[in-house]
Amino acid sequence: MTHDLLFSITGVVLIGIGLFGSVASTHIIKKLIAINIMGLGIFMIFLSTARHGMITDPIPHAVVLTGIVVAIAGTSLCLWLALKIHLLGEDTTEEVNANDV
Amino acid sequence: MFRKLILSESLSSQNEMTLLTRCALALVISILTIGLSAALILSPKAEPVLAIEALDKLALSGVENPVTAVLLNFRSYDTLLEIAVLLIVAVTMSTPSNKQMNQSAADTSRWLSVNDAQFVHPILTALLRWLIPLGILLSGYLLWTGAYLPGGAFQAGAVLTGVGVALAVAGRHHFTWHLFIARFVLTVGLIAFVAMAAGNALATGIVLQYPIEHAGLIILLVELAATISIAAILLMLFTQITALPNTSERLKP
Repeated sequence: MTHDLLFSITGVVLIGIGLFGSVASTHIIKKLIAINIMGLGIFMIFLSTARHGMITDPIPHAVVLTGIVVAIAGTSLCLWLALKIHLLGEDTTEEVNANDV
Repeated sequence: MFRKLILSESLSSQNEMTLLTRCALALVISILTIGLSAALILSPKAEPVLAIEALDKLALSGVENPVTAVLLNFRSYDTLLEIAVLLIVAVTMSTPSNKQMNQSAADTSRWLSVNDAQFVHPILTALLRWLIPLGILLSGYLLWTGAYLPGGAFQAGAVLTGVGVALAVAGRHHFTWHLFIARFVLTVGLIAFVAMAAGNALATGIVLQYPIEHAGLIILLVELAATISIAAILLMLFTQITALPNTSERLKP
């Protein structure tokens, strides 16, 4: 019981860290890492509430396993889009940036 | 504005928050965190109704590991849709850029092409010679053991992806994803799953309810196809992102 609570609270702290990072950082990769940390915290809370004394609820485990894979897919899609937009920006706003400097 | 937000270190430090805003944000989030913790501590523990149900029906699922039973039998919709989500991401990312096509001297008429001219350090080659067969073996073991112990299609697929990433990073091997065989490997998991669901619908009248006597075999076959697809899709996501032109140079400040 106390172990589960410790894991849950660690999960909450991870959510807090991730939330702070995702709002406070301006670099998109840092934002993405922060959102992933937040997701990990949610998984951790979900898993730590799965234990009921002697029996372990398999359903949260299965859902978290699914969630991890979907999170990877989402993260890589974000990375891909960010890089694509960045490359697009480099190509088209080069003159504007040069004038700024 | 959106274009500037992205990836340059100097731009991102220009737009950073002031110390005061940061402190206020930290305060708000601390209060939120303490509130959430208090809610977790004070809320009564839920009764494990579904857990008891799932563990009771384990004998009907065809496997002995409750997580695998939930993933591929009781809630197989989840897994089906998850493979579909992965495939959608893979399709989104499957457009090769022109630079990327010209950039690599590798043979693009084969799914996995080998460029012998590329230098790979002999120690790395020696390591990979052991690591890659070991990874494939471990992946097969994880898939097989998923019926009894923790393991299954996702773990096996992730290990197989690691093998592919090791190959791709070493530099001598190059993956091409627009060929028919590559597309088949990417989709075989979803195809097998949907075919199995359709067969079940014809045989039993319910889409994803397996006949009990064949459930173990059906789950193993679907998991095998899913493992191959998951590994291929994750590997494709990796190689597509790293193959974007001059990514590493542009990430520098």
